[in-house]
Amino acid sequence: MNLLTRRLATFPLVLIGVSSLVFFAIRLVPGDAITAMLGTEAGLLTDAQRAALQAYFGLDKPWIVQYGHWFWGLLRGDMGISVTYGKPVLTVILQRFPLTLELALLSMVIALLIGVPAGVFAATRNERAADLAVRIGAMIGQSTPSFVFGLLIIYVLSAGFGVLPVMGTFTPIWQDPLANLGQLILPAITLGAAFAASVTRIARSAMLDVLGEDYVRTARSRGAPARTVIWRHALPNALIPVVTLSGIEFGYLLGGAVIVEQIFALPGLGRMVLDAILQRDYALVQGAVLFVAFNFMIVNLLVDLAYFWLDPRIRAGGQ
Amino acid sequence: MIRAIFHHPSGRIGGGIVLVYLVLAGLGALGLTPHDPLMQYRLDRLHPPGAAYWLGTDLFGRDIASRLMVGIGQSFFVAFLSVAAAASVGTVLGLTAAWVGRLWDGVVMRSMDVLLAFPAILLALLIVAIMGPGTWTSVLAIAFVYMPIFTRVVRGPALSLKTREFVDAARTFGSSTRYILTRHLLLNIVAPLTVQVTLALAWALLTEAGLSFLGLGTQPPAPSLGLMLSDSRNLMETAPWLMIAPGVTIMIGILGFNLLGDALRDILDPKTRGGRA
Repeated sequence: MNLLTRRLATFPLVLIGVSSLVFFAIRLVPGDAITAMLGTEAGLLTDAQRAALQAYFGLDKPWIVQYGHWFWGLLRGDMGISVTYGKPVLTVILQRFPLTLELALLSMVIALLIGVPAGVFAATRNERAADLAVRIGAMIGQSTPSFVFGLLIIYVLSAGFGVLPVMGTFTPIWQDPLANLGQLILPAITLGAAFAASVTRIARSAMLDVLGEDYVRTARSRGAPARTVIWRHALPNALIPVVTLSGIEFGYLLGGAVIVEQIFALPGLGRMVLDAILQRDYALVQGAVLFVAFNFMIVNLLVDLAYFWLDPRIRAGGQ
Repeated sequence: MIRAIFHHPSGRIGGGIVLVYLVLAGLGALGLTPHDPLMQYRLDRLHPPGAAYWLGTDLFGRDIASRLMVGIGQSFFVAFLSVAAAASVGTVLGLTAAWVGRLWDGVVMRSMDVLLAFPAILLALLIVAIMGPGTWTSVLAIAFVYMPIFTRVVRGPALSLKTREFVDAARTFGSSTRYILTRHLLLNIVAPLTVQVTLALAWALLTEAGLSFLGLGTQPPAPSLGLMLSDSRNLMETAPWLMIAPGVTIMIGILGFNLLGDALRDILDPKTRGGRA
């Protein structure tokens, strides 16, 4: 069985594992679900009322039956009702998702636009001052947490230029693209900076490996101009690890950049999960965590597919 | 080994940073701070950095430098403990999965796949939701997040070592399984494991600061770097030192471990050239 078939075969297994983990983990939360849902008002319930509510939500049945019920609901796209929003969980998630998706895409574009050229530039000047400068920059970028960098951006803008970034609102791109960009550009730069640093490091090291390969040396010895050798011959192969890294990082970002959304007060998926946890909205936590894990797995699978497609050696060898 | 680290430029800087942080954390733990980190000097609220308060004071008049020293200790405590837990459990799982194979290998590796299907911060948030915020929750959450990575790092090399002649020889001579696992397999995996531990420490520091920034880690009034940074947000313009001091402290700490990890990788595995996914 080759790598791809194996990945595809284990995908449903892992998904069942993830959904069970989420389901049973949520049931480990101290206190019963009715109290968690009603908060202090739960104290006012009579025993009969509590029993009726438990029967209504199916909580009086054994866990395994509840799990079967929940899983069957999942297959039909029914994740239950969010207590805080009073709407179906999936509706709430899908309302928040466009922002998260756009932010992830924008950050990736920024990271690739900075990281790939910087990595190539450093690799072609290996061990010289320019290479060292890029490497130091990338190392610092990778070590700076997004919340430190985000706050720094806000501080520099407000103290240095007297401008405060637009915060707290979100205009969908199809309503007003400019306003949308204005709201998302700073968070995207914040997320893109550390991402760019990782891309730079991996692009540089991949490029160095490729530049040492025989076929690149052959191209050079046949008199191909340096520019052609770098961009046409070396870069496409050096991009393979960059694709893998970007895919994984993108998958992470699809889970919502909790902290950056918090700093810039953006109503994205990450902040929704955080709020749901703080407000003990378990149906929403359960649904959102599963949604994010599912996206993450899909992106990872796509990365594997891309890897398979980009590297003929894997395709031919089956490993 | 230590000599090799200090001959490596990144190792020198990274090792130096980690050493200075350890000393600061040690002094903080012994109570040898310039001021009492919890004491509120009401008359000196939001005092700018100077001779009396090296890094200034916060909204309650507490000394930032002293709080940073204790905060570093707190972050290091969580980072070291969680990485130690992740590395030990992950190593045992990886070694046994490789050695026993078959069903146990399948169970362990598929469970790790499930854990890896969650983005790190989300898995941490889920664990915080179950256990409630606090220092020990951070330790457990971070340990859980990094355990699968250690399991994978150990299992791969262990699988190939298992088939080597010296392991067969040890078996023929009647060495116990435990002896083979610890002496023959584990000792040969120490190099990649050390590199992974150092890099995981950098990520653990980052995650700890992130969790406490969100108010889910160490609880006030105990000083924590993430919380100090989070508290500085509303006072950014009037008292920028509130933000700069913990921000730079977190950043340099992570940088230290990243540099040290890079140096260790160069020293222990000369084939790689300083790039990491």
